[in-house]
Amino acid sequence: MGNENNRELTMAAAISEGMAQEMERDENVFVMGEDVAKYGGIFGATGGLLDRFGADRVMDTPISETAFIGAATGAAAEGMRPVVELMFVDFFGVCMDQIYNHMAKNIYMSGGNVKLPVVLTTAIGGGYNDAAQHSQCLYGLFAHVPGLKIVVPSNAYDAKGMMIEAIRDDNPVMYFFHKGIMGLLWMAYFTGSTTHVPEESYTVPFGKAKVVREGNDITLVTLSQMVHKSMQAAETLESDGISVEVIDLRTLVPLDKDTILNSVAKTNRLCVADEDYLSFGLSGEIVAIVAENLDSIDLTCPVKRLAVKDMPIPYSPPLENAAIPQSSDIENTIRGMMA
Amino acid sequence: MIEPTTDKMLWMYEQMLIIREFEETMVNIYLEGKLPPEIQEGLAFDIGSGPVPGEMHLAAGQEPVAVGTCAHLKKDDTITGTHRPHHFAIAKGVSINALAAEIFGKVTGLGRGKGGHMHLFDVENKFGCSGIIGAGMPQACGAALAAKKKGKDWVTVTFFGEGAANQGSFHESLNLAALWNLPVIFICEDNSYAISVTKDESTAIANNADRAAGYGMPGVSVDNNDALEVFSVVGEAVSRARAGEGPSLIECKTDRYLGHFQGDAEAYRPEGEVEKLRENDPIDLLRDHLVASDAMSDDNEKEIKDRASATVKAAYEFARASDYPDTSEVAQHVFV
Ligand SMILES: Cc1ncc(C[n+]2csc(CCOP(=O)(O)OP(=O)(O)O)c2C)c(N)n1
Ligand SMILES: [Mg+2]
Repeated sequence: MGNENNRELTMAAAISEGMAQEMERDENVFVMGEDVAKYGGIFGATGGLLDRFGADRVMDTPISETAFIGAATGAAAEGMRPVVELMFVDFFGVCMDQIYNHMAKNIYMSGGNVKLPVVLTTAIGGGYNDAAQHSQCLYGLFAHVPGLKIVVPSNAYDAKGMMIEAIRDDNPVMYFFHKGIMGLLWMAYFTGSTTHVPEESYTVPFGKAKVVREGNDITLVTLSQMVHKSMQAAETLESDGISVEVIDLRTLVPLDKDTILNSVAKTNRLCVADEDYLSFGLSGEIVAIVAENLDSIDLTCPVKRLAVKDMPIPYSPPLENAAIPQSSDIENTIRGMMA
Repeated sequence: MIEPTTDKMLWMYEQMLIIREFEETMVNIYLEGKLPPEIQEGLAFDIGSGPVPGEMHLAAGQEPVAVGTCAHLKKDDTITGTHRPHHFAIAKGVSINALAAEIFGKVTGLGRGKGGHMHLFDVENKFGCSGIIGAGMPQACGAALAAKKKGKDWVTVTFFGEGAANQGSFHESLNLAALWNLPVIFICEDNSYAISVTKDESTAIANNADRAAGYGMPGVSVDNNDALEVFSVVGEAVSRARAGEGPSLIECKTDRYLGHFQGDAEAYRPEGEVEKLRENDPIDLLRDHLVASDAMSDDNEKEIKDRASATVKAAYEFARASDYPDTSEVAQHVFV
């Protein structure tokens, strides 16, 4: 490794390090899910934890998501701090009641008497042709129901800090990691997601978006893997004299409206780049927030949204490529807005 | 014991050969363009590259369950299946060319390339499957309910892994099928693993067939990975279902020779396990039976093997030669 101050980690390693440090600090923290122990998580988010903490604290579960995700809520209500993995977000359907009606609502329905320090981790995203049931993002769906904090890191530094923040939170946190930025050895990824990660424990607060690139001409609001596609587009556009400000939302709930509004007030143009479905979701929400503040913001052109245009993710490579917004789509859209 | 006719046995043998060759050929095709990955330095493999990207779950070793079951099915009978669907799709009579083309994402595929290998639909042969564990069982109940309402003697078979038997949909579907006396045959392919999690680690009882009693239907366990035993047990269940006597649960102990998906390092497998399993290859078992009972001559065997190889070869050639769908199709077929 050499100088540990410059140490770089993949996002997968950063996530599991965050979990490990919290497990060391607090014996109430434990991890469960399908293939999280021996396998270390299909996407490596729990790699190495079994060897360090043993099978009592790192538990492989049967394929019974309603039971074990509901069990996480139940254990959290008793003061444990479970981290529970839903292997792919696409599988939410078999356990949605436990998430949507219980994990998300029991605190409120108890008048704030119940605490639910549970972290539900899950893999999102396409780009490797895993088709309609294994490629969705769906964070917008979960952000829609009140009562779940929604965390969507784009890089290793944020991933570790937000994992530690999530475990320490007394509220349920859904933590979405995109497969194409985990730094896996078996899936091409955006290397910008592998970053310096301090060895010591630290937190990244929720509700603070990050301006990952400053610019004057247009505000590009994005998150997760799409941050990296956006940065590529912004770099290309820069050479054509278009200055793009890229905002990484980092968390959807809570949402940092101020950073978005301040940026759009400066650039007077807004584009949202998202890998979730277009209609009734994240991109519409961001646009609505800006629309609600047009008394203090001038827009010089209509807003644009890039997202999956309301079709399931197709398998066939050329179709998948067309369904999911790519860097070139972002680039072309912004050029159109500047014309 | 229900015995197949010689013709049926020969059919089963040929189907097993086709399935095995289809799956083992795919092992190599799948690696094309992925290894060494040109797309990014430092990777061991890139799942998103090559002519067949995405996950790939193969069923080599599990052929007896598919052929022993499908030997009883007619075109009008329905199958709902899993993420590991090639073996029973082929045995059900789904076009192997259209299957291969779908796996290649081509427009000539079963779903015009939209579905991919876990999501195969063939209306004509009444076949469907899903990548969501446990998803096939409720829909099987629906297909059986439809047959009943239409007054047909059609049966529905739903395949699922032993891992899926811990999913809520399994338990709900068994109750529904028994309650409504539906012509469904629940076939659990117990290959001992759900990815890295063994059945011992996931299931509190030894035999899923025992769970049938809790829902009021017969449950039978087939302990050897033997096509003739599967044939016999499923035959009885299909007869019951056709006669309006209701659902059955059958658990077939079988073997997964390959990784959960291709690219699986299988660190969880005891060393030498696969080699041991392969010593009891069910294809050899049926072959030996055919030869010993004078049902298959050497010439006969060669002819069957050649035909099976040619079938698989032609399917993959068809898939490669086919076109990708035009990107203008991407927004089509969300609705009909
Ligand atoms: C609802 C749901 N949970 C988890 C998964 C991920 N997954 C895919 S295959 C698999 C193991 C399935 O095991 P089993 O049912 O025994 O079938 P096998 O793979 O052995 O054929 C898992 C956990 C999924 N696809 N759907
Ligand atoms: Mg299994």
